[in-house]
Amino acid sequence: MQSSVQTTPGLGKILMLVLARDLRLAVRHWDQVLQPLIFFVIVTTLFPLAISPALDELRKISPGVLWVAAMLASLLALESLFRPDVEDGTMEQWVLSGQPLSLLLLAKTATHWLLTGLPLVLMAPIVGTALGMPQSVWPVLAATLALGTGSLSVLGAIGAALTVSVRRGSVLLALLVLPLEMPVLIFGARAVDLAMQGEPVAGPLNLLVALLLFFVSLGPFAMAAAMRISVES
Amino acid sequence: MWLWFHKLSSPPYAYRTAGLVRPWLFWPAILLMIVGAIGGLVLAPEDYQQKDAFRIIYVHVPSASLSLMIYVVMAVAAAVGVIWRIKLAHAVAAACAPVGAWFTVATLATGSIYGKPMWGTWWEWDPRLTSELILLFLYLGYMALRASFDDTQRADRASAILAIVGVVNVPIVKYSVVWWNSLHQGPSISKLAAPSIEGSMLWPLLIMMLAFILYFGAVLCDRLRGEILRRERNASWLSESLARS
Repeated sequence: MQSSVQTTPGLGKILMLVLARDLRLAVRHWDQVLQPLIFFVIVTTLFPLAISPALDELRKISPGVLWVAAMLASLLALESLFRPDVEDGTMEQWVLSGQPLSLLLLAKTATHWLLTGLPLVLMAPIVGTALGMPQSVWPVLAATLALGTGSLSVLGAIGAALTVSVRRGSVLLALLVLPLEMPVLIFGARAVDLAMQGEPVAGPLNLLVALLLFFVSLGPFAMAAAMRISVES
Repeated sequence: MWLWFHKLSSPPYAYRTAGLVRPWLFWPAILLMIVGAIGGLVLAPEDYQQKDAFRIIYVHVPSASLSLMIYVVMAVAAAVGVIWRIKLAHAVAAACAPVGAWFTVATLATGSIYGKPMWGTWWEWDPRLTSELILLFLYLGYMALRASFDDTQRADRASAILAIVGVVNVPIVKYSVVWWNSLHQGPSISKLAAPSIEGSMLWPLLIMMLAFILYFGAVLCDRLRGEILRRERNASWLSESLARS
């Protein structure tokens, strides 16, 4: 993402402006940024209530619980990724601006990751501890979530761009995006699980990196194509 | 050389061609299905371990490979539609989705019927079963997205992007067998060099495979005609040809 910012000075400046604008908007509506995080904590709280308060049992399922909760929280935050900009006409100006739409949307997605993915990475170890996860797993958990939520943000952004013009698109968005995200969930949760059993985690981590690179390099084109269709009429 | 291609992409011509081709796919498919069924259910010997239960592969394996194949056909048709702006290709993609979804359901159903006596459980969270289920979700998402637009053209283009993105998942489905080892047996007919299935069991399976492919072609022709009728309902060629017949 950094390298694309520096290709041409004009474009780099534009992308930085996009980033700065979205961050400023997020600071002004900080309560909306917090909502998915609170949702994440609430969902993870549901599992001890539903299954058992015994830490031994919770420890076994904790990687899966954290990963599913992170996936749902990231999905919840997608709803507001493009919708305000499409509704007030900003997105139309972007499409007409002559700048590469794919990079503009990627910059927006990167901001979205900074606001939802990164806080999840920071919070997950704390919540994990509450589920009985040993401290030795923290680095692996944070690494899988950092890599995985990046992929989730890109895939989610494609879905959000496709459904932004559909009324009540949020359920549809979940239906489209969740199956595509499943490989990320598999590798992410598996890496944490392996780490808890004290086994090497390089395999699934490498696959997570591969997925992230793949999605970041091809995803923006799909986003831009989807956004053009959504904005068109 | 490209003339036939352009001709085929015109709705009236495609409508007529699909109607002409259909019986040539449908009846051979039925015939081959009967041959394959006799070969698989009567002539093929009993498996020494699985007894008669293995015979469900004559439905299960062709359904499974078609469920994947149709997704690829759908994505290719969608890509053709987006790249060359051929409306008929979108109609093909739209016609593929429900057929593929039903083959996926058939795969899951026959798989769990097979699983009950063999593994002692209806459903096993085995990677191949799971990825087949994910494939079903992909089909359902595709159809849901298509249904949520009123405008056919936007539905076409939006769902085309989803199909192209989703086709990324198909290799993951296919190679999940290699990535995770599991209780599902590995593919036994693709290893051409040394197939781990005996000849008398194999030929009905290949016949069934061919029959299912032809059957898909026939159903696709039907659905494509329906799709063309729906899209071209206001076109003059349609009312003319209906008036003539």
